[in-house]
Amino acid sequence: MLAWTIYISFLGALALFLLPSRRAAWARILALATTLVTFALALSAFVQHRSGEMFTVVSYPWISSMGIRFSLKADGISLTLLLLTGVIGVCGVLFSWNIDYRIKEFFGFYLVLIGAVYGVFLSFDLFLLFVFYEIVVIPKYFLIAIWGSTRREYAAMKLVLYSFIGSAMVLIGLIAAYVVSGSRSMSLGDLAGFHYSPHFQMWAFPLVFVGFGILAGLWPFHTWAPTGHVAAPTAASMLLAGVVMKLGAYGCLRVAMTLFPLGLGPWGFHVIGLGSWRDVFAVLAVIGILYGALVALVQKDFKFVIGYSSISHMGFILLGLMTLNQIGLSGAIVQMVSHGILAGLLFGVVGRMVYARTHTRDLPALGPMHLNKLLPFAAFTFVIAGMASMGLPGFSGFAAELMILIGVWHSYPTLILFVGIGLIAGVAYIWRAMQQAFFSGSAPAAVTTSHDHSLPPITLPEKLGAGILICSSVVVGTFPQLFLNVIHPALNSPLFQGLRKGGW
Amino acid sequence: MTSFPWITSLTALPLVGAITVLFLGGKNKALVRWTALVFSLISLFITLYLWHRFSGTADGYQFQELHTWVPSLHVDYRVGIDGLSLLMLLLTSIVVPIGMLASWQIEQRIPLYFSLVLVLQTCLFGTFTALNFFHWFIFWEMALIPAFFLVRLWGGSGSAKAAMQFLVYTMVGSVAMLLSFLALFLTAKTFDFTELATLAQNGTLMPAVVAKLGWHLLTPEHVALVIFFGAFLGFAVKVPLFPFHTWLPSTYAEAPSGTTILLTGAMSKMGLYGFLRILLPLFGAEMQRVLTPLLWLAVATIVLSAYTAWAQKDLKRIFAYSSINHLGYCLLAIFAVVKATGGDTALTAQKFAAMNGVFLQMFNHGLTAATLFWFIAMLEKRSGGLRGLDDFGGLRRVIPVFTGLMGIALFSSLGLPGLNGFIGEFLIFKGSFPLVTWATSLSVIGLLITAIFILGVLQRVFYGPLREKWTQLPDLTLGERLTLIPVIGLMFAVGLYPQLILGVVNHTAIQMALALRNF
Repeated sequence: MLAWTIYISFLGALALFLLPSRRAAWARILALATTLVTFALALSAFVQHRSGEMFTVVSYPWISSMGIRFSLKADGISLTLLLLTGVIGVCGVLFSWNIDYRIKEFFGFYLVLIGAVYGVFLSFDLFLLFVFYEIVVIPKYFLIAIWGSTRREYAAMKLVLYSFIGSAMVLIGLIAAYVVSGSRSMSLGDLAGFHYSPHFQMWAFPLVFVGFGILAGLWPFHTWAPTGHVAAPTAASMLLAGVVMKLGAYGCLRVAMTLFPLGLGPWGFHVIGLGSWRDVFAVLAVIGILYGALVALVQKDFKFVIGYSSISHMGFILLGLMTLNQIGLSGAIVQMVSHGILAGLLFGVVGRMVYARTHTRDLPALGPMHLNKLLPFAAFTFVIAGMASMGLPGFSGFAAELMILIGVWHSYPTLILFVGIGLIAGVAYIWRAMQQAFFSGSAPAAVTTSHDHSLPPITLPEKLGAGILICSSVVVGTFPQLFLNVIHPALNSPLFQGLRKGGW
Repeated sequence: MTSFPWITSLTALPLVGAITVLFLGGKNKALVRWTALVFSLISLFITLYLWHRFSGTADGYQFQELHTWVPSLHVDYRVGIDGLSLLMLLLTSIVVPIGMLASWQIEQRIPLYFSLVLVLQTCLFGTFTALNFFHWFIFWEMALIPAFFLVRLWGGSGSAKAAMQFLVYTMVGSVAMLLSFLALFLTAKTFDFTELATLAQNGTLMPAVVAKLGWHLLTPEHVALVIFFGAFLGFAVKVPLFPFHTWLPSTYAEAPSGTTILLTGAMSKMGLYGFLRILLPLFGAEMQRVLTPLLWLAVATIVLSAYTAWAQKDLKRIFAYSSINHLGYCLLAIFAVVKATGGDTALTAQKFAAMNGVFLQMFNHGLTAATLFWFIAMLEKRSGGLRGLDDFGGLRRVIPVFTGLMGIALFSSLGLPGLNGFIGEFLIFKGSFPLVTWATSLSVIGLLITAIFILGVLQRVFYGPLREKWTQLPDLTLGERLTLIPVIGLMFAVGLYPQLILGVVNHTAIQMALALRNF
C-alpha cells in the first residue's frame, strides 16, 4: 500500500496537468485530496508497522542486466519521515489556497515534488533512490522560477546548480561502490553488506556525504538554501525547508554512513585537532549552527531570518548524525521531523499570513503596521512556532535537541559550549524577529487609529494548516516515544551494523 | 498512594481556566475577570485541602503519581509534594488571586491577560510539583512565556527593553542549566530528582560524569565545578543573586503591578525552590568547595540591594531591590546550611533552624511583597499612575485606613516581631550565625538599611506636608478592605503562630538538612 503514496502523487499531478476545467477550486480540491490520501497511507503504515523493522513494500526487476530493481522498503526511519512528508504536503496545499496564477501547473509541480520525496524515502535500490532524488530538482526549479518572488530566476538556478553538483558527487560515489563491490545489485542492503577497503571508504564517504550534505544545508555549501527559501512561493518554501532538506540528511544517514562506515574512522593523523572526517563534519555542523543563528540575527528580511534559521537547525541534524550513538542519531531523526514541521509553520506564517497580505517582508517596515493587532492569529502562530523553534520544552524542537545534546556530550563534549551559544543565539533571533515584526511600536493608544488599513483576515485553510502543524509539534515534543519506538529498532537493524561497531 | 491524581488536576486546572477565559472573549469584561478569579480560588481551595490532608511527619513525597512517559530516555511522569512544595503551592494559590485583584482595572485585551496569568499559575504549580527534570524543565521554561508577554504587552513605556532583558537573562541561565543536566544524564541515565540525589549522596554522580567526559585539560574538581556552575547559573539568575540580578528592577518596575505581584510573590520563588530541590541535593559537594565565594555573593546581594533600594525614588523599584534583599537572606541561609560541620550536633540543630527559616522567609516574602505591590497598584490607580517617592506626602490624613494597612505590610517587610516577616529572618540569622559568623555579621548591615529605607517610605509618602492635589484622594473601598483583611490577617497569624507553617514544613526542612551531612 505504501507504494501508492508515490503513484497517487504522480497520478494526481498528471490529472491536474490534464484537467480541462479552468476552475481554480477543482485544482485545489484535487491537490488537497491527493495529499490527504497519501498522508492517510503514510499514517496507516506508521500505525501498522509498530516494530519499526524493515519491511519490503514492493520489489520488481527493472534493469535486470545491471541488477537494478524497483525496490521499495521502509523501516522506522523512513516511516517517520513519510509521515512528516504527508503532514507537510497537506499543509502546503492549505497554505497555497490563495494561488491563482497558473494554478493547475502549480499544484501539478507540487505533487510531482511530493511524489518524488516519498520515492526517495522509500527507495531501497540506490539507482531508484537517485532517480527520485533527481526528479525532485525539476519541480523545485519551476515552482521557484514561475511563482517565486525576490530574484527568483537567480535563486532557482543557484538551487539547481548546487543540487546537480551534489547529485554528481553522490553518483560518482554510488557508481564507485557498485563497481568496487562487483556485485550485480544496486540494493542498499547488498552494497552495505560488502566490506570495502578502508582506503576506498576514506575518499568515498566524504564524497557522498558532502553530495547529500549540500541539500541538507551543510556549511559552507549551504548558500543555495536561504536564497532558494526566500524566493520560493510559500508552499515551496515549506516543502523545501520542511522535507527536501531532509532528503539530504536522510541520504547522509541512509546511504553515505551505512555504505562507508569506516570512512568515519580516524585518519591516523591530526590536522588542526581534527582526526577524522567525522570530526570535520561535526565541526562544520557546529559552524553551521552558529553561523546560521548569527546571520539570522542581523537579517532585515523576515523570510531570510527563517531561511538562515533552517541552516542552524539542519546543523543540529548533521551534528546528531556525527555523534554516532543511538541517542544522538535518534535525536537527529526527531529533529528532522521537528524542523520539518516548524520550518513549514514559520514559512507559512511569514510567506502566507504576513507577506501575502502586507506585500513586504522588511522587518523595519512591518513594525509600524502593528500586526499583533491587525493579524492576531498570525502573531499567535508565530509566537508558538518561534517558541518551538528556539527549543522551548514541550515542543518538538526541545525533545530533538535534548537527545542530540546528550549525544554530543557523549562524543564531543568540547563542542557543547558552542552549541550552547547557538541555542542562545536561536532564542535571540526568533525573539528579535518576533518583536520587530509583530510587537514593535510601543504606544498602544496612538496605534489603533493611525494605521488602520485593514488587512484581509486569516482564512480557514491557513488556520487549519497552522493548527495541524502546531499540534504535530506538540505531539512530537510530548510523546517522542511514539517515534523512538520505531526509530530504535531501525537503528538496531543489520543495515547500521557498521556504524554500531557491536553496540551503540 | 492516592487514587485521585490531585497534583495533576491542580496543575491542569488553571490551564483549563485559561482556555475557558480565552473562549469567553472580550465582550463581557466582568465575566472574564470573575471566571479567572473563580478558577484561581478553586485552586486555592484544592491547595488548602491538600494542606489539610498532608502529613507533616511522613518521609518523602506525598500524593505521588508515577507513569512511564519516554522509556527510551528513562523519563517518567512523576509528581509529588513534600512540605516545601506544599508551601510553595499555597503561596502561589494565594498570590495569584491577589495579582488578579490588583489587575482588575486593566482594560486592554482582558481575556488574554487573565489567561496568561492562569497559564503562569499552571507553570508555577508544575515547577513546584514535578520530580523529574524532563517535565520540571517544561514548566520552568514555559513560565517565561506568559511572564514575558504580561510584561511586554501591558507594561510601561520601557517594557520592550525590560521584557527582552528578562527573557535573555533567564534563557542564558536555562540553557546553561540544561547542558549541565544533560551531562549528568550521560552516566546517571536518569532525570529523576530522587535518583540523582541518591547518586550524589553516594558520591558516584560527579566522578562518573567527569570520567566520562575526560577533559584532560582540567582537573576533575574543575570539571565538576564547570558542570555545577552551569546549573547554578540557571537558578542564580532567577532568584536573583548578585551580579545576575540586573534584569529584575527594570522588569518589576515596567510590569503592570498585578504582574509584578506574580513575579515577586510566586515566580521569584522558583529560583530558590530550584536551589533547595536540585542544587543542594545534587551539587552539595561542589557548593561546599566554593562556599566562601558563594557566601560573598549572598552578602553582596543582601547589602548592595539594600543600599540601592535606599537610593531609589520609584516605589516599585524600591520594593524590587528590597525583594532581592529579602531573597538574599534565604541564599545566605542555604549556603550556611551547606557548610561542612563534621557531625557536630549543636551545629546540625542550627542547620535545621536555618532551613526552616528559609522556608518561612520564602513564604513570608511572597506574601508581604505581593501585598506591598498590591498597595502600590491601588495607589497608582488613585494617583493616575504616579508612584514616585517625592510625588506624595502626608497621605495619612486623607487615606488613614490605607496608611494603616500598608503600614502593617511595610513593618512586616521590615521584620517587626509579631508580624510574619520577623520569624523567618530570625530563624535564618539564628541558624546562620554559628555556621558562618562573618557572613551573617556582614548581612546585618542589610537589615539595618532595610529598616532605614522602609521607614523612609513610610515617612515620605504618608507623613509630612500634604500636597494640594492629593486632598481628594479616596480611601480604600469596602471591597478592597474586605479582600485585604484575610491577607493582613494571615500576616499576623504567621507572625504570632509560626507553627501554622512550621508544623507542615519542619520535617522536610530537617530531612533536607540531614541529607547534606553525607557530603
